[in-house]
Amino acid sequence: MPKDGIGASTKRREDIRFLTGNGHYTDDINLRGQTYAVFVRSQVAHGKLNKVDTSTAAGMPGVLRVFTGEDFAAVGGVPCGWQVTDKHGKVMLEPKHPVLAQGKVRYVGDAIAVVVAETEAQARDAAEAVVVDIDELPAVIDMKAAVAGGPLVHDEIGSNLCYDWGFVEENKAATDAAFETAAHVTTLELVNNRLVPNAMEPRVAVGDYERSTGQHTLYTTSQNPHVIRLLMGAFVLGIPEQKLRVVAPDVGGGFGSKIFHYVEEAFVTFAAKVVNRPVKWTAQRSESFITDAHGRDHVTKIQLAMDKDGHFLALRTDTYANMGAYLSTFAPSVPTWLHGTLMAGNYKTPLIYVNVKAVFTNTVPVDAYRGAGRPEATYQLERVIDKAARELGIDPIELRRRNFVQPNEFPYQTPVAVVYDTGNYQATMDKLIEIADLAGFDKRRAESAKHGKLRGLGVNCYIEACGIAPSHLVGQLGARAGLYESATVRVNATGGIVVMTGSHSHGQGHETAFPQVIADMIGIPADSVEIVHGDTANTPMGMGTYGSRSLAVGGSAMVKATNKIIAKAKKIAAHLLEASDADIELKDGKFSVAGTDKSVDWGSVCLAAYVPHNYPLESLEPGLEETAFYDPSNFTYPAGAYACEVEVDPDTGKVKICSFAAADDFGNIVNPMIVDGQVHGGIGQGIGQALLESAVYDENGQLLSGSYMDYAMPRADDVPFYTVDHSCQTPCTHNPLGVKGCGEAGAIGSPPAVVNAVVDALQRAGHTSVTHIDMPLSPSRVWAAMQA
Amino acid sequence: MPKVTMRVNGRQVSGEVEGRTLLVQFLREGLEMTGTHVGCDTSQCGACVVHVNGAAMKSCTTFALDLEGAEVKTIEGMAAADGSLGVIQQAFQDHHGLQCGFCTPGMVMSAAALLAENPKPTEAEVRHYLEGNICRCTGYHNIVKAVMAASGQDVSAIAAE
Ligand code: FES
Ligand code: FES
Repeated sequence: MPKDGIGASTKRREDIRFLTGNGHYTDDINLRGQTYAVFVRSQVAHGKLNKVDTSTAAGMPGVLRVFTGEDFAAVGGVPCGWQVTDKHGKVMLEPKHPVLAQGKVRYVGDAIAVVVAETEAQARDAAEAVVVDIDELPAVIDMKAAVAGGPLVHDEIGSNLCYDWGFVEENKAATDAAFETAAHVTTLELVNNRLVPNAMEPRVAVGDYERSTGQHTLYTTSQNPHVIRLLMGAFVLGIPEQKLRVVAPDVGGGFGSKIFHYVEEAFVTFAAKVVNRPVKWTAQRSESFITDAHGRDHVTKIQLAMDKDGHFLALRTDTYANMGAYLSTFAPSVPTWLHGTLMAGNYKTPLIYVNVKAVFTNTVPVDAYRGAGRPEATYQLERVIDKAARELGIDPIELRRRNFVQPNEFPYQTPVAVVYDTGNYQATMDKLIEIADLAGFDKRRAESAKHGKLRGLGVNCYIEACGIAPSHLVGQLGARAGLYESATVRVNATGGIVVMTGSHSHGQGHETAFPQVIADMIGIPADSVEIVHGDTANTPMGMGTYGSRSLAVGGSAMVKATNKIIAKAKKIAAHLLEASDADIELKDGKFSVAGTDKSVDWGSVCLAAYVPHNYPLESLEPGLEETAFYDPSNFTYPAGAYACEVEVDPDTGKVKICSFAAADDFGNIVNPMIVDGQVHGGIGQGIGQALLESAVYDENGQLLSGSYMDYAMPRADDVPFYTVDHSCQTPCTHNPLGVKGCGEAGAIGSPPAVVNAVVDALQRAGHTSVTHIDMPLSPSRVWAAMQA
Repeated sequence: MPKVTMRVNGRQVSGEVEGRTLLVQFLREGLEMTGTHVGCDTSQCGACVVHVNGAAMKSCTTFALDLEGAEVKTIEGMAAADGSLGVIQQAFQDHHGLQCGFCTPGMVMSAAALLAENPKPTEAEVRHYLEGNICRCTGYHNIVKAVMAASGQDVSAIAAE
């Protein structure tokens, strides 16, 4: 067994280039003859676009061309990848999203015109000289106002209600009936605050066109270059795949925001052909704030019905979900299939009904952000359970345990369509109690009290659906794509391996972790395996990285392809050893004939495949290269239990995170070091959502928190060291590695722990009327709650 | 256009710049040294931190023309001559102090400046010093751990790898 196989905390090989300044990000690309694009963006949230006067700008130094909406009248809009059908069987409203605004602007940041010039400074100067004549219209920002007769964001569709989704509609009557007779009902109204993803690398796109061949190339900051090629080529610009290459090199974080196909990508691809020079666009951070798809932004009322002992009988929710001004690529799926299906959580609740109204407003489009729908589900569920525990006088951990799906009840069919294959929620809770030292809480609380601080403890569970996703299932649910993954495993003549994967790494460490799997399967050192990703010209069609899917889906494709390699290699070995295939065993990089001392090593078999002098050519092709596509049969269901301890300053309302512990069940683990890092990062983002971050619009649709001066990002001194554990492992039963995915868990599980802890601190301090505070729990909000 | 001459990572360089050319533009575009990154336009993320005459400085808010004769050090100058990682870089790799790598050059340069003035910082001192460097990936746990390890402190009691 190689020492750097599955289960080893192998140090990351990609770190060397990142640590020495040799990363290769999109903004590091400068093509010969490159020009620069600067966008003219709407400064009003809603308006009638009368005239865009480009005459002055067009004559300014260095300007090659100024583009407006008219240039894009003949091409398609940026498409939406998911069609939701509402509770009446009606498909969602789907307005066109033009590359550049046509007739109307719909949010601050909407693209109106673009200057392409010799230098970025010239383009910026000329962009200032584009004169835009707009009749400002009343903007609609509040979701409830938007559906109650507010101004129409899209006149042509006649409504701001994108869809009104009911799930599961057949459960509604029974769910309502259960509420009529329940011994106790807990109700909570809450807001899941709008967030700006803020990957540290701003988005960049460079378009290139080769006139002699008609070949387009787009370099872009994307989590899924094949998806961009498909959407942009087929739906926007009409470029066949073989004439379009999309490259996403090193990408500086994504968190969902770089899944989507953005207008800037289509623009540079289109413009490069028109000006016949490469065109580069680099977002400034202030531009990222008003153009990267935002996340969350749900307003929810949740109700939990229980019997007198706290057994959950029924759950119902009403949610307004903000879509922003246009439908971003996966926006409709987030509040529906990634949210409603998770409302059972870790619990046996027989009846669940979820209603979601998706609403257009004059704000930046909203789409998936780390967790996507699942944090919204977890937050409301774990908050309402905490409130219920308090109302019933039952310990919150005990109330959860009482309702857990039990270890012997898997596979477990929830009332919200999904089937959990495996899990053990008691075990992760037990582990949490141990690693968070909950027994010592009272002592720590007394210590805090000595310093005049109010200490609180928040605990919660979470479950998520990852490994996205079975194509036949998501097809029925409205996805316009399949969600398989692909891998080509190319064995070289001297035994080294290159894996071309459709997954994409933007921080997850695939270049290190994927080789560990192959090393384990064949018994060769991991450093003889290289990973190629992020280029449609060099990788098989794959759907990219999001939804904690890389290892569970992309890794499974790689395992499938490697199994084909091994099967063929065994045939070659059998020939060389003059034995039958069935008798060949592969161990530690050596093929041997069972029960004999005859063997041939990996390298010799590979060489024979490419120098087939002694080779069964009549029955076997030369070469050793295989491709596999893997389409999962179910989602995976990582789950766990989290605990947070806070200190609240009673004088200022400031919350300090004292400790944070996470006990996760991710199934099998390939690289524990990387898994820990993923959980840390997710917790950091979750604490950010709970305490600091919020995208705030004023009533005119101006984004008030549009820079790092106003949008409070978590910084090193806002967070503690975290205690994380993933020793509870119930391997996934339906993928070959038994892995579940770990990328989003931290961001999903942590916000309720923080809020539960703050409410607990205030309750213990006698503020018994405080049952909820909306995120972010800023000092002013906490202080105000204490005064109520 | 005016010309500026400075030393970058021990090498004398010069180039023509506009008055408004920022140091980070001079490095990235003029010298094609793209290790230093730009993560914001309000001087708050720290992705662009370099050393100027030994002090940490945000290269996105420094004019190249003001640095005539200055000694500049960037992430490209942090490895040993044979390409092996310096102590801080090695600690970042050993403790998984980076994921996407975009904040990393600025983090390493800030950490180096911290350790130059405070060779054995406490956890709180590290966290406070790195306030001007935003990382969206790591939750800071392993960055703080790496900086403390780079200072020679035993970090084995800090949870997880
Ligand atoms: S680029 Fe953000 S501080 Fe310099
Ligand atoms: S490693 Fe990605 S921002 Fe820090």
